[in-house]
Amino acid sequence: MAQHKVNYTENGGLPVALTTVDKLVNWGRSNSLWALTYGLACCGIEMMATGASRYDFDRFGTIFRASPRQAEVMVVAGTLTKKHAEFIRRLYDQMAEPKWVISMGSCANTGGMFNTYATVQGADRVIPVDLYLPGCAPRPETLQYALMMLQKKIRSEGANKSQRPKRLV
Amino acid sequence: MMREYKDKQNVQAKSYYTDRYWVAPRVPTFEASSDEEFGAVLESLKENFTVNEAYIQLKHLVININPEDNKAVLTHLYKELGYGRLMELSAMDWIAKSGEFEVFYEMLNIDKAKRIRVKCFIKENQAIESVQDVFRLANFAEREMYDMLGVKVNNHPFMKRILMPDDWHGHPLRKTYPLQGDEAASWYEVDKIFGKEARDIIGPEIRDGAAIDRYDTERFARLGHEVKFGEEYSSEKTEQSYQEEEGVFLVRKLHKDDTKTVTDRDR
Repeated sequence: MAQHKVNYTENGGLPVALTTVDKLVNWGRSNSLWALTYGLACCGIEMMATGASRYDFDRFGTIFRASPRQAEVMVVAGTLTKKHAEFIRRLYDQMAEPKWVISMGSCANTGGMFNTYATVQGADRVIPVDLYLPGCAPRPETLQYALMMLQKKIRSEGANKSQRPKRLV
Repeated sequence: MMREYKDKQNVQAKSYYTDRYWVAPRVPTFEASSDEEFGAVLESLKENFTVNEAYIQLKHLVININPEDNKAVLTHLYKELGYGRLMELSAMDWIAKSGEFEVFYEMLNIDKAKRIRVKCFIKENQAIESVQDVFRLANFAEREMYDMLGVKVNNHPFMKRILMPDDWHGHPLRKTYPLQGDEAASWYEVDKIFGKEARDIIGPEIRDGAAIDRYDTERFARLGHEVKFGEEYSSEKTEQSYQEEEGVFLVRKLHKDDTKTVTDRDR
């Protein structure tokens, strides 16, 4: 019924694309970044909004997963308390390589307005962070932009690079 | 009698304004007998217990009792006088002033819409009797009081920290506890996750919110001049775009000039 419409005489001949393994692997990785649901505070609401239909993270191949085993990127969305620090480290360790971390919002970046005894002064004291996203809280567009920047970062590094141990590990 | 010694060395550096004539505004207090209901409550309490002080403030009857009577007074208020709700229970730190904690219980009578604050003073290391088998709320509230202030409660079924981690050092709501945490608090997550030997690698917390160092490319990114993590500072301008210049495999590059802005909102 359907007609096979590939015209081998057009577009320079055969429908073959040449690329490198690195590019191919990174293309796949950067466009299927499954995120760990990690809403810790009000930034989590913005993260949920980004995942929902209006902003639609699915377009980027980003689907929120409830398990660290199925996730590639951890979006630390909110205030990280000292009581919770060991659990974020454990969940980060449970994520399979390669893995990336977006620190979302002022609290996760530096402790933000919570200059107190109970707040970790920046998630990077506990886990290595790839991308710091400013804002209190960042708009969903900002998180989308951060994800696109992370995709760009992934595509710019070698396919094996993220297997190398990062800072603090 | 000698005058109190005051150092006058930096008298010029000090602000010329002192609030020596300022008088703190006081919440007006009234006699307990000025309210019919509260007068009756106080009479009933005075028959059975020692009442050190009683007055009405902000429509609350405030009564100061001996700490040994706390459970009996609360039970009496509940069973005999209809104050069936314990709204709040906590303590205040007056250690610097008098070496005491003030433990207070907020009671509510729903039928008459009347509130009573029962308070008592205990010494720093004195324990107080639990009221959790009279009021269920007291279970968590007493744990929080212990966690935040270190007030110990006798005959509580599960006297454990409720907010802070179990291995936390100190009680944060005491006036002597520093807001930004003591030594143990500032290294808590590092010690727990990586061990004490990682302190040198990770370094102390940066508590100065205004700290900026454009040459520190590990912690800061200068807008418009971003470089990669840990690389040398550069004054070269960086172009911000979310996609590589030549486009990505199977994804077309977005050219900003080719885009069309939709101005008709109701389209």
